[in-house]
Amino acid sequence: MERFTGNVWVLGDDIDTDIIIPTEYLALKTIEDMKQYGFSPLRPELASQIHEGDIIVAGKNFGCGSSREQAPEVVKALGIRCVIAKSFARIFFRNSINNGLLLIEQPDLYDDIHEGDEITVTVNEAVEYHGKKYPIHSLPDNLVEIINEGGLVKAMRRRNGLA
Amino acid sequence: MGQTIIEKIIAHNIGADEVKPGQIVTVQVDRVMVDDIMMPFIVGKFEEMGFERVWDPDKVVMIYDHLVPASQQDDTRHYKVGDAFASKYGLTHVHRSDGICHQLMTEAGYVRPGDVVFGTDSHTTTYGCVGAFSTGIGYTEMAAILGTGTLWVKVPETIKVEINGKLPAGVMSKDVILRIIGDLRADGATYCSLEFTGDTIREMSVASRMTMANMAIEAGAKCAMFTPDEKTAAYCEIELNDFQKSLVGDADAGYIRTLSYQAENFVPVMACPSQVDQIRDVSELEGTAIDQVFIGSCTNGRLEDLRAAADVLRGKKVAPFVKLIVTPASRKVYREALQEGILETLAEAGAIITHAGCGLCCGRTGGILSDYETVVATNNRNFLGRMGTSKVQIYLASPATAAACAAAGKITAACG
Repeated sequence: MERFTGNVWVLGDDIDTDIIIPTEYLALKTIEDMKQYGFSPLRPELASQIHEGDIIVAGKNFGCGSSREQAPEVVKALGIRCVIAKSFARIFFRNSINNGLLLIEQPDLYDDIHEGDEITVTVNEAVEYHGKKYPIHSLPDNLVEIINEGGLVKAMRRRNGLA
Repeated sequence: MGQTIIEKIIAHNIGADEVKPGQIVTVQVDRVMVDDIMMPFIVGKFEEMGFERVWDPDKVVMIYDHLVPASQQDDTRHYKVGDAFASKYGLTHVHRSDGICHQLMTEAGYVRPGDVVFGTDSHTTTYGCVGAFSTGIGYTEMAAILGTGTLWVKVPETIKVEINGKLPAGVMSKDVILRIIGDLRADGATYCSLEFTGDTIREMSVASRMTMANMAIEAGAKCAMFTPDEKTAAYCEIELNDFQKSLVGDADAGYIRTLSYQAENFVPVMACPSQVDQIRDVSELEGTAIDQVFIGSCTNGRLEDLRAAADVLRGKKVAPFVKLIVTPASRKVYREALQEGILETLAEAGAIITHAGCGLCCGRTGGILSDYETVVATNNRNFLGRMGTSKVQIYLASPATAAACAAAGKITAACG
């Protein structure tokens, strides 16, 4: 089972997609151009502080709001390994899966966690924090299939004989 | 056991007798909407996927609205990419300056009751106003639909919202949906279909239902559902067929939750900064100083909305230090408001009247605000930084309330 360790950034409830990447930057040419503005309405300094492999832990309804797929793409481009939240908004969840950004629903970790601490994630099994294990569920089969294909673009390329 | 409206639509779409919530199915898409802001990303993904043709060009509607007219030099790139894509793949439904996507999709007859529709904007839930299953998706899934005409969906659970009685004067459907979102909270309907029923709903115009369907996403809903009736048929200029007439939630259907309201109990409300579910009665906020008022958007930029604002402002003046910006939702709404004298009344009161489009609602063009300014707005989101800087205070309200605030120069409940 895939296992990794990372440092945690803690965000609150209802982190909306306008916070993740504001509309004014959505028409920039590339995700690389946009990523410096990630989370800027809430924490302007955060994008420059995130390191490759860091983990976001948040409260309920992460990614609510707009359908902008730039949101999960920016989170991924910033180097975030996965987002662990009490719950996720529907469109953000689909967009993340299609881009291979790992999302984990975990109801209790958020209440215990402190920013900057280290956690270890064993995919489809548990999150470990200060010696305590927080269980996580596995994803539905059809989503695992998309992830295993390497995302929706790759799945469609294979369908079109371009593997 | 009976079925909810969304269950009936999905079952019909896939040719099954019935479907159950939680079931994952592949639907055949009846129509898609793509907007200008996502255009380069959709085209990029479509080509990367290796498709050589669009599955059915007649089912694709392209609408330029977020970036029209251009406010930054690079915006026109989005039109160019869209135009080239339309030309290459034979797309004919292209709207370059006709108004906001969600207004046009039903207004121009692209969506019918019972259809399955996806759009690259979260407020695609709007078309539930005519009894269609419509919801927002990202650009990668849109690219896949453009190539295949299909998408997987999980059959949602349904929450029933029943409203009976007569709404008090000065209360609009915006007040109703804001109160419901406040009760459900911003994640209270996540993955669910919100099915609206009751005699108050039946009395509502299609435009009023649109406001409510539009905002269903603000409670996390996958879609909103209204039973198509004679008003829907007149609005869509069709006669309902047997399938469309069957789109009623059965009494013995499996609802996970029912919310019941008596219409007489609704009052004018506002969503307070900076979350859509922070609902308070306008009377509690009385006197709060404001800098700007915005009346428009896919939520509240229709003829009845502008008429409600004009009725409040007739013979009055906008407070001298307040900017009132009015944006009709479409060119058709603009022309009708012009012919009816509504725009004249608003202009006489001191309103700035703009072209139809999305710009102000998403803080992209025209009328953005600065630190510590306050705006009363009729759109659907008051998220941090949505209409300017993250220190702007956004209060969401109905057009009648917004107009009253513009005249008073402060938040006020008096919209008579």
